[in-house]
Amino acid sequence: MSPESVLELHRVSKQYVMGEATLDALKDVNLSIYRNEYVAFIGPSGSGKSTLMNIVGCLDKPTSGEYILNGTPVAQLDDNALARIRNREIGFIFQNFNLLGRANALHNVMQPLIYRGIPLGERKRMATQALQSVGLGDRLQHLPNQLSGGQRQRVAIARALVGKPSILLADEPTGNLDSSTSRDVMAMFDELHRQGHTMIVVTHDQNIANHCRRVVHLMDGQVLSDTANAIEGELQEALRRV
Amino acid sequence: MYNFVESLRSAFQSIRAHALRSFLTTLGIIIAVMAVIAVVSLIQGFSHSVTSTFANIGSNGLTIYSYETNEDYFFGKVVKVTPDDMQDIQHEVSGISNITPVLTLSDYGSGAVQYHNQTAYTDINGTTSAHAEHSEFYPVMGRYITPSDDLEHRRVAVIGQTVITNLDMPKNPVGQYIEMFGQWFKVIGVLKKLGSILGNDQDDHLYIPYGTAHSLLGASAIPDIQIDLDVDNLKHLDSVVGRIRQILRRNHHLKSGQDDDFKIQTAAQLADSINQILNMITLVLGGIVGISLLVGGIGIMNIMLVSVTERTREIGICKSLGARRSDILMQFLIEAVTLSLIGGVIGLLLGYGIGVLVAHLVPQFLGAHVPWWAIATAIGFSGGVGIIFGIAPAAKAAALNPIDALRYE
Repeated sequence: MSPESVLELHRVSKQYVMGEATLDALKDVNLSIYRNEYVAFIGPSGSGKSTLMNIVGCLDKPTSGEYILNGTPVAQLDDNALARIRNREIGFIFQNFNLLGRANALHNVMQPLIYRGIPLGERKRMATQALQSVGLGDRLQHLPNQLSGGQRQRVAIARALVGKPSILLADEPTGNLDSSTSRDVMAMFDELHRQGHTMIVVTHDQNIANHCRRVVHLMDGQVLSDTANAIEGELQEALRRV
Repeated sequence: MYNFVESLRSAFQSIRAHALRSFLTTLGIIIAVMAVIAVVSLIQGFSHSVTSTFANIGSNGLTIYSYETNEDYFFGKVVKVTPDDMQDIQHEVSGISNITPVLTLSDYGSGAVQYHNQTAYTDINGTTSAHAEHSEFYPVMGRYITPSDDLEHRRVAVIGQTVITNLDMPKNPVGQYIEMFGQWFKVIGVLKKLGSILGNDQDDHLYIPYGTAHSLLGASAIPDIQIDLDVDNLKHLDSVVGRIRQILRRNHHLKSGQDDDFKIQTAAQLADSINQILNMITLVLGGIVGISLLVGGIGIMNIMLVSVTERTREIGICKSLGARRSDILMQFLIEAVTLSLIGGVIGLLLGYGIGVLVAHLVPQFLGAHVPWWAIATAIGFSGGVGIIFGIAPAAKAAALNPIDALRYE
């Protein structure tokens, strides 16, 4: 086990029982992700990438196998322990943003800190800072339906960042955005990666995956390929060095 | 550690977001608590007015009157408390004052009183000057019966205010003549207005000197009287009552084992028994109306269940952000309790308002009175209803699987 590994999956399988049929959503997946990696889980629908994301995000438990997060086995922890890990170690960014409609941007970002028992004043300070860091310092009091799609996704990113998690986990983060807004969001992801965050992006879109340094290709619940990605940014950086 | 204040804030936010629905949801609780408080405030206000009326009469007062037991009735024995009994009590019992006979003449005749062409029926009593002290009867016009009125059997009368109205007498009837038992009586005083207790008009009374009343019956007749007296020191109440009982049993030749043929009643006892009845009514009515709280609670449960389904996605989001089961449970439970408590408080205010309004419209009440226990019970019950009927929806919300909840459209 490398000291730098953030998460390790050993022979992780997930089965869904649907009546008489048993569906193998994941079959013996082995995977290690290291600190400050920028990984894409790519595959068509039904490939198991969402199941993998749910397990990595501690929303779901594997049927068998081991999941080690920051050196701690978490595969068989109870609901409360998993909730605690989601709160402290995982920052979710969803396709449809999943903001609380009745709460303004500030309160949306403050929400995860409530479950950590952080006092109100401190919560406000941290959430304001996170929103400023995504360029929404002037939109604190806006409700989600008063914000554009790109702004909503940035609120969601601020919410994921505010708790300083080990992993940022994005599920089709640009799926509901137009192409120019998508570029902005992906630029922000690239920037977050440069700042040292460990990023996992779940997508079916090769263009999005191209931003990542490592692409894990899933098919029928198995890892089809796991390759380093020489991407444009890196190429340009290399070119500049030359 | 979960932040309780945060749940409360979230509850208020959600209640505000659906203001109309929240109001309709809690309407059942509002009506239930309103009805309970209105009923309780009126009955308790009434009970208060009874108590204060008795406080006027004086809780150190004693009343002795004859009481026919079943046995007496069966053997046709006529039971009486007589002037001799009163004399014995006066001489043999120490620590008493203002002892006075009350001879109720209307028991012996029709109680008809005439003034010009007007006839009215009232409660006619013969009594002495001490009665004014005992009952704190103070004339607002003229004077009360004096010892010399009694001694000389003067034909004079002190009347209550209802009698003036019933006889169509002038506002100041002092000096007018009224006719009863075929005799003319001069009105010498009018009593202070007392109101009524349990629908019993305290102003429909007429008093004449005891000596006059006795002579109307015939000087040789032994009347059945009521004896009123004051006990100087309430600490000695029991011993005074015991002593009087001894004297009366001796005078009435009662053997041991035979029941008393008289009753000795204290003002406090009378007030107590009336209040007991009122408290019973409060309890029964309160209980009946309390059932509607249950109905209100079911309304809250119904809407909370709908609300949980509606907010499935929100619950999923919170769970993905690290909310535990207990956090979600607490959030929905507090919302249900807040909803029903708001209903309870609104109902409390409305109920009290209705009580005050009715008390104003019905002059016989002194005023609405909401005792602290009624407030505590109303608030406690509505809070309890919130917990009982909020727990099922909250448990349903807490048990949601985060993945399914996030996927819910």
